[in-house]
Amino acid sequence: MMGFQPVLLWTDLLLFGLLGCIVLAGWAARRSEPMLAAWRRVGESGVGMVSLSLLMLFLLVGVLDSLHYRERLTPAAGAPMAADDRRQLSTEVRSALDAIAAPLRTRLEKTYSAPLAYSLFAKQTIEGADGTQRREFPRLKFGGASLQYPADDHVGDILGRIGIGLAVAAGLWLVCAGALVKGVAISRKVPVGAAWRAIWRGKGGLEWRAVLLTLGVVGLLVGPVAALATEYHVFGTDKVGQDVLFLTLKSIRTALVIGTLTTLVTLPLAVALGIMAGYLGGWVDDVIQYVYTVLNSIPGVLLIAAAVLMMQVVIDTHPQWFETAAERADARLLALCFILGMTSWTGLCRLLRGETLKLRELEYVQAARAFGVSTARILARHVLPNLMHLVLIALVMDFSGLVLAEAVLSYVGIGVDPGTVSFGTMINAARMELAREPMVWWSLVAAFIFMFVLVLAANLFADVVRDAFDPRAS
Amino acid sequence: MFAYIIRRLLYAPLILIGVNLLTFALFFVVNTPEDMARMQLGAKRVTPEAIERWKVERGYDKPLLFNAAAEGTDKLTGTIFFEKSLRMFVFDFGRADDGRDIATEINSRMGPSLAIAVPTFILGLLVTISFALLLVFFRSSYLDFWGVVMCVAMMSISGLFYIIGGQWLVSKVWHLVPISGYGEGLDASRFLFLPVVIGVIAGIGGSARWYRTIFLEEAGKDYVRTARAKGLSELQALFRHVLKNGMIPILTGVVVVIPTLFMGSLISESFFGIPGLGSYTIDAINAQDFPVVRAMVFIGSLLYIVGLILTDLSYTLVDPRVRLE
Repeated sequence: MMGFQPVLLWTDLLLFGLLGCIVLAGWAARRSEPMLAAWRRVGESGVGMVSLSLLMLFLLVGVLDSLHYRERLTPAAGAPMAADDRRQLSTEVRSALDAIAAPLRTRLEKTYSAPLAYSLFAKQTIEGADGTQRREFPRLKFGGASLQYPADDHVGDILGRIGIGLAVAAGLWLVCAGALVKGVAISRKVPVGAAWRAIWRGKGGLEWRAVLLTLGVVGLLVGPVAALATEYHVFGTDKVGQDVLFLTLKSIRTALVIGTLTTLVTLPLAVALGIMAGYLGGWVDDVIQYVYTVLNSIPGVLLIAAAVLMMQVVIDTHPQWFETAAERADARLLALCFILGMTSWTGLCRLLRGETLKLRELEYVQAARAFGVSTARILARHVLPNLMHLVLIALVMDFSGLVLAEAVLSYVGIGVDPGTVSFGTMINAARMELAREPMVWWSLVAAFIFMFVLVLAANLFADVVRDAFDPRAS
Repeated sequence: MFAYIIRRLLYAPLILIGVNLLTFALFFVVNTPEDMARMQLGAKRVTPEAIERWKVERGYDKPLLFNAAAEGTDKLTGTIFFEKSLRMFVFDFGRADDGRDIATEINSRMGPSLAIAVPTFILGLLVTISFALLLVFFRSSYLDFWGVVMCVAMMSISGLFYIIGGQWLVSKVWHLVPISGYGEGLDASRFLFLPVVIGVIAGIGGSARWYRTIFLEEAGKDYVRTARAKGLSELQALFRHVLKNGMIPILTGVVVVIPTLFMGSLISESFFGIPGLGSYTIDAINAQDFPVVRAMVFIGSLLYIVGLILTDLSYTLVDPRVRLE
């Protein structure tokens, strides 16, 4: 009996809250014709749908990694089995991703091993049964452990697994494609065959073809990787023998949290202050402009460094606040988001201030003022809705920058907690490995691939969103 | 215009005071000197005497804002705020935690920082503008399309990978230049080559795409069409009209950076082991050397403000329509 208790870390709570808000906002935007039209333009763009599906896949991994729980410990042998809710909780906080990828997490090797290898990366002295000592590459404990004659069977085994993986991926893709076509057929009230032909030719509404294509390509890559991961370390292992593939998967959540939660700080500040400065003018404008000029004039990295150093002191001097190591790492991650947010709202604020200045002089706003509508109501009804496209564009554009910033900050040593797996900590660790001879390149390559795809998808999506929402773009 | 500059110059100290108050609040109010002492000393040796000694050695044994025990003006000057924060206005930065004078350190490290930042800046500007002009010259062709795709892809690569990849390829595989280090005089050039090239390449993606948008917007305007209609070749139109007018928005982003070149580039200096201000800052951050970080924040914001004023001035120089009032 494995009991467990769900744990809601602060970042989980905020992440799910944010997702809920996005869903609600999407629901509310259904009534707004221009918003709907703009989103339809995003959906009709092939690049938009490809990048959106990739982002959704990353989000899926991130959300799985945000469902945290703590296992109940099994009592020592002989001790009476207590009722489920009485047993001690493990101090380790796990996530659903940890549970799904348990084989990856638990199969620790001794140290470095190359991708798909069956032996360690460095020679070690092994004592034979007869007391003689030999220098050779020891077999891995788990990677390729089922191979009886590894030198002969290695390649064949890998090819076989790739084949199985491809077959499973193709099957899953067919199921997905079938469900999607059926859904489109129902929503458009046409026969399935007609829906399939329309999708295939890219006709009629959203670019589902791009989604299917993306899923197909991702399946081609993920299928073999998943099949191989059951037996090998696809991206090798790091210095302490952890599976690099698992580490990269864990990094995704950190990147997503930083890229999205930061907006929880920037958004209210930028919107409220930007509108106030632009609409009210006078001394309010002066004060707000002064504040953001001061914040802007401090070089970003230094301001973040100063704030993070101070936060570290606070966290270090108050160990009693955190029950588990995961909670402390989580608090640090959240504080980092907060700090990044505090230092990055100025750009959007200035943009919104300028736009509000223009809106204030428009006839319908002046008419509302002449009718005696209260300032708060004018702001909420007439000004804010007309700024939403700018806010949305800025948020989507900021995401990729924040993901990249995390890597740099973690490298400088002012990023996430060293115990939190992130692209930055991975790169930082991999940098030391490059000096080794022969070189240990795989963790760097793994981090590079995942980060590149994530940021590229975010950048492309941001472009499409900007083109769709910016009224000045033709 | 003169009055405008005077006003901007008067505004500058106001902003610096704001920066000063902010850093003061961050470094001394959020965490008391006691907290810092406790962290610096480590968990083992924390005795009240040790903390007191640490504070006296570094001059943190005074009240934060108001010294009631002192006489006369010392009531205000005998405080941490005056000693540690206000002194910076006369470029008295005090000593780092290792006892070295911060101002001397900054002086000696400025040279290497500039040696890497200035070539990167100038070359980067030349390369990106030429690249953007090339894309605009071949606009709506395959070259343009794939150029933009390349820009987006290059934007999506973290700067760390450019440096690591460059070091690996150029230094480790090709053995062209040393991986890291720094030399005196002309010898320095072989250490500077790689960081400058990588700095230029890493900057192409984002800037070239942005410049291309600016040039494209300019190239679609009526006066450019007129220029073409009266018989100017596409190249002439690009260089005589589009480039000149497109430079105005580019200047805003660029001039503000010039003064901050002194600060060095944090990441590449520490990767390449160049003893400039960037690596100084990183080392200070890693060693939690707060006086150095405070000093760099102050200098950074000072340079930024200079950059803002320079930007305003450069507007009037390149665009006669702009009048500062």
